[in-house]
Amino acid sequence: METNQLLSYILFTPLLGALLLLVFQRENENEIRIFGLSISVITFGLTLMVLSKFDSINPGFQFVHKVPWITNLNISYHVGIDGLSLLLLLLTTFITPLTLLSSWKAINKKVKEFTFFMLLLEVGMIGVFVSLDLFLFYVFWEAMLIPMYFIIGIWGGERRIYASVKFFLFTMTGSLIMLVAIIWLGVSAGGVVGHFTTDLVELYSVGPALAKNFQNWLFLAFALSFAIKIPLFPLHTWLPDAHVEAPTAGSIILAAVLLKMGTYGLIRFCLPLFPEAAITFAPFLSVLAVIGIIYGALVAMVQKDMKKLVAYSSVSHLGFVVLGIFAMTQESMQGAIIQMVNHGLSTGALFFLVGVIYERSHTREISDYGGLAKIVPVYSAALLIASLSSIGLPGLNGFIGEFLILLGAFKSPLLNTWGFTVFAATGVIFSAVYLLWMYQRVIFGVVKNPKMEHLPDMNKREIFIFASLLIFIVWIGVYPNTFLKISDRSTARVLIQVNTPVPREIPK
Amino acid sequence: MTQYIYLTVLLPLFGFLFNGIVGGRIKNEKIIGWIGSGTIGLSFLVAVSSFFQTLGLPAGDRKTIVTLFNWLHAGGLNINVSYQVDQLSLVMALIVTGVGFIIHVYSIGYMHGDKGFWRFFAYMNLFIFAMMNLVLGDNFVLLFLGWEGVGLCSYLLIGFWYDKKFEKGTTGDAAKKAFIVNRIGDFGFLLGMFLIYSTFGSLNFTEVFSRVDAYNVPASIFNFIALFLFVGAIGKSAQIPLFVWLPDAMAGPTPVSALIHAATMVTAGVYMVARCSIIFASAPAILTVIAIIGAFTAIFAASIGLVQNDIKKVLAYSTVSQLGYMFLAMGVGAFTSGIFHVMTHAFFKALLFLGAGSVIHSMHEEQDIQNYGGLKKYMPQTYFTFLIAALAISGIPPLSGFFSKDDILWNTFANGHIILWIIGAGTALLTAFYMFRLYFLIFEGKERFNLNKHPHESPKLMTIPLMVLAVLSAVGGFIGIPALFAGENGNLFESWLAPVFQKANTRLMVYGAHSGMEEITLMSITVIGAACAIYFARYVYLKNPQFALDTSRKFKGIYYLLLNKYFVDEIYDAAIVNPVKRGSERLLWKFTDVKIIDGAVNGTASLINYLSGKIRKIQTGVTQLYAMVMMIGLVIALFWIIMSL
Repeated sequence: METNQLLSYILFTPLLGALLLLVFQRENENEIRIFGLSISVITFGLTLMVLSKFDSINPGFQFVHKVPWITNLNISYHVGIDGLSLLLLLLTTFITPLTLLSSWKAINKKVKEFTFFMLLLEVGMIGVFVSLDLFLFYVFWEAMLIPMYFIIGIWGGERRIYASVKFFLFTMTGSLIMLVAIIWLGVSAGGVVGHFTTDLVELYSVGPALAKNFQNWLFLAFALSFAIKIPLFPLHTWLPDAHVEAPTAGSIILAAVLLKMGTYGLIRFCLPLFPEAAITFAPFLSVLAVIGIIYGALVAMVQKDMKKLVAYSSVSHLGFVVLGIFAMTQESMQGAIIQMVNHGLSTGALFFLVGVIYERSHTREISDYGGLAKIVPVYSAALLIASLSSIGLPGLNGFIGEFLILLGAFKSPLLNTWGFTVFAATGVIFSAVYLLWMYQRVIFGVVKNPKMEHLPDMNKREIFIFASLLIFIVWIGVYPNTFLKISDRSTARVLIQVNTPVPREIPK
Repeated sequence: MTQYIYLTVLLPLFGFLFNGIVGGRIKNEKIIGWIGSGTIGLSFLVAVSSFFQTLGLPAGDRKTIVTLFNWLHAGGLNINVSYQVDQLSLVMALIVTGVGFIIHVYSIGYMHGDKGFWRFFAYMNLFIFAMMNLVLGDNFVLLFLGWEGVGLCSYLLIGFWYDKKFEKGTTGDAAKKAFIVNRIGDFGFLLGMFLIYSTFGSLNFTEVFSRVDAYNVPASIFNFIALFLFVGAIGKSAQIPLFVWLPDAMAGPTPVSALIHAATMVTAGVYMVARCSIIFASAPAILTVIAIIGAFTAIFAASIGLVQNDIKKVLAYSTVSQLGYMFLAMGVGAFTSGIFHVMTHAFFKALLFLGAGSVIHSMHEEQDIQNYGGLKKYMPQTYFTFLIAALAISGIPPLSGFFSKDDILWNTFANGHIILWIIGAGTALLTAFYMFRLYFLIFEGKERFNLNKHPHESPKLMTIPLMVLAVLSAVGGFIGIPALFAGENGNLFESWLAPVFQKANTRLMVYGAHSGMEEITLMSITVIGAACAIYFARYVYLKNPQFALDTSRKFKGIYYLLLNKYFVDEIYDAAIVNPVKRGSERLLWKFTDVKIIDGAVNGTASLINYLSGKIRKIQTGVTQLYAMVMMIGLVIALFWIIMSL
């Protein structure tokens, strides 16, 4: 197996799987499930191969594979990864099999279509993280919307149509603006490198050379698209609806991977392509991030629906990531990257656990529960650990990310005031409030609802899923260096790209 | 054994994992209990041998750092999991594992038959694990890991009986409150760490403390660092204004109150200030704030303790009050005295709580002291040990509490804080009074309960720990006999800790001139005062109960204010908790999110819908009209091009 084609194997394995799935008889639901799971496990295995061959000392892109595509526009199929994309690639291919496993029983209508869309979704997600050509990136970015739209729209809850349309419209608006920006940037490249291009590596020398106000507009166009995806306050209102209506698998993927595409985009594109603009807007975006941290937490606190609560907590957690990115210190950016992974694991686990109990009792209202500790002890322990990881208890993963972000933001010369950190750190208090309050109302106390008295505890499959997440929740908490090391050089490279002034050539 | 000090951390961790994973299945209390206690006992032995090994070293070399692995590395931050064995951490380690072991053994008896027996020991071991990280960590981040870890265990153990009612709510409310109030403190602690990192470029104790002198740091930065860190201490050690969680923490099983909410965890704030003494010594203004808060907390909590009727509540407020003393000590720069009081308090307060547990046990979960009385003859060992602890906390010589409390008060006075001394001495009187109110109402006088309850002495597993603690409470003070009486050896405890606080003490240069005569005079005042208070308590609660009733009627307002703990909880609810909840629900969620943001989105959608409805009408299907519009458009475009040429 050629090393430089490895990424393409990872990318096309789920696609091939999705196509092969079409030959299955739709009645053979179990075979379909097993097939889908196997494909995603193989994909994860391939990613581990990439990990084993990855050189964390090298700050540049690795496993690069470039094939000309639309030659007269210099658009190529260009993939490659650095430490940042590798971590997110690992997260994606790790989470996908778990979500398929989590919907083993929950999805029992149109299993074939479901598995098909999940695999397509995986292709889209992988594509986003490995593309080194903006056009290719855009194709995956958009392509991914379609399976997600159907997953919410077909297997979702009562208001699924409303939610899926809202999700689609919000993200679509951002995407279109980004498309315009990509074309504009490609055209501007003519003035610098002499031809139209959407190749990221080439554009890295184009963007910084653009005039300040060009940079500003392009930056804002990209940032808007990413901010909607993250979602950054005040563009977050699609998220609670999408989460509440999505099936468990959809929620997990949405939280664990899709939201990361926005923050990934900020680091991969916004910062290195438009460094001056990024520095100009950093305080402004950091303010939005801090508002998001507090706002998301406070609104999460008063939710009555467990899923909505977790959804709003995402707004808060992603605020930390954005703050870490725009503080632009090595500590905060490393924290932001590890926090992306953390959020995937912790919030993924929380959505999974909400799904587990929902499957049994068909309610997500917090007030319907109470006293579960006695009925489902294993579940109670799992929910506690997931909550604590989300709260940022030292020793578990969440702490590492939040701590590094806040530490870096505090000393950030760019933000240049304690204010951001002081306000952001109140999130530490609020996260404890909303999660422990939910935990108390669901798990502690006496059983109010006689129907709940015979809920079965987590089964082996569910324990396996949670344990898989738990391994990494503890690993990152106890020995984060394994993961920090992977992205360390890439982070340093991005910061150099942002901080190195480029001699400006005047475009056209 | 010093190089194996990490065993004191890993053994409890093993106990936690063992009891947590298989404890629920083996259901054998003996195995669970002895593994739970045994791991702590072994840790204690490791700590003891490390202590003797360290004692054998010259005073200047008594610091050993044992590194396990590199924990966190990003940018300039480099944090190891390293344990620092020095005079201060050894004192704390001995208290935690020693008192911890005694309480674990006691718990085997106390928790007998509880369906969560395994869970209890798992949490208790996890607590010791976290606490050992807190006291042994050689950097702020590891300390913080322990700091939050003990908070988690406190949360789990307060809510241990999760389906039980507690006061107006449930144990879950109390647990949550403890965690959240602690998190408010942790918020401050975090900011303190960030400021230390951005100032000194490190979070390692040795590096930071050595840079305090080397770097030229403005005083205002020191003030902020000290203030932030102190906010953390206020939360963890239940000082004004964040003390509200500790009385509620009594919802947990009594051994938990003894170990976590009296002897060890709540003193973590004191330890942290002592550990960072050089930073606090560089911020004298904040030290004064600490002294004032400490003294005020001491008398405030003691005043509430005067009228409470729940045996554990009295002890809880007493703990808050005693912690106030420790902060008073820190604030006046008497770091050694503060740590000394941490130690003696661990002995006598753990004993008081365990004694209370023994009483509650034999009275079938009754906790109201109005329904006790005359228990002396039913439970002689509990009675006797409780009496020793009560005398110790009241500062009666030569019991341990006398030496440590006197040390604090004397240093307060000698450093010129006369008013704080008066508050401290006044608190000493109140302490003696409420403690003997408790004692007389429980053990002396006539039985005020139904004799069918058949109170009985607790099993040996519980009474032996009481006796061990009683011995410690009685003689524990002798290692800190004031230099005045000790002769040429001086104060042993002080000279042991001296190297740790040397830099801070040099920086403060606090010790004003004083004479031995003054010291003896002041000592006599407090001791005689305490003795009078005890006698008065005897008069009021044993000889003339009507007097107490009359007084409470006469000063109804004050009595009510004290009984209701100055309504602090209610004030917090009305001023902070409820407004935040209501604001979040009504203003943020239902207004901003739903009305404004979604309103804007939906509004845009309707606007487009409306406009497209209008624009649609342009498509009339009349070709001539289309042609005309096209012509007009072309003309405008042409005009535009010509103009821009």
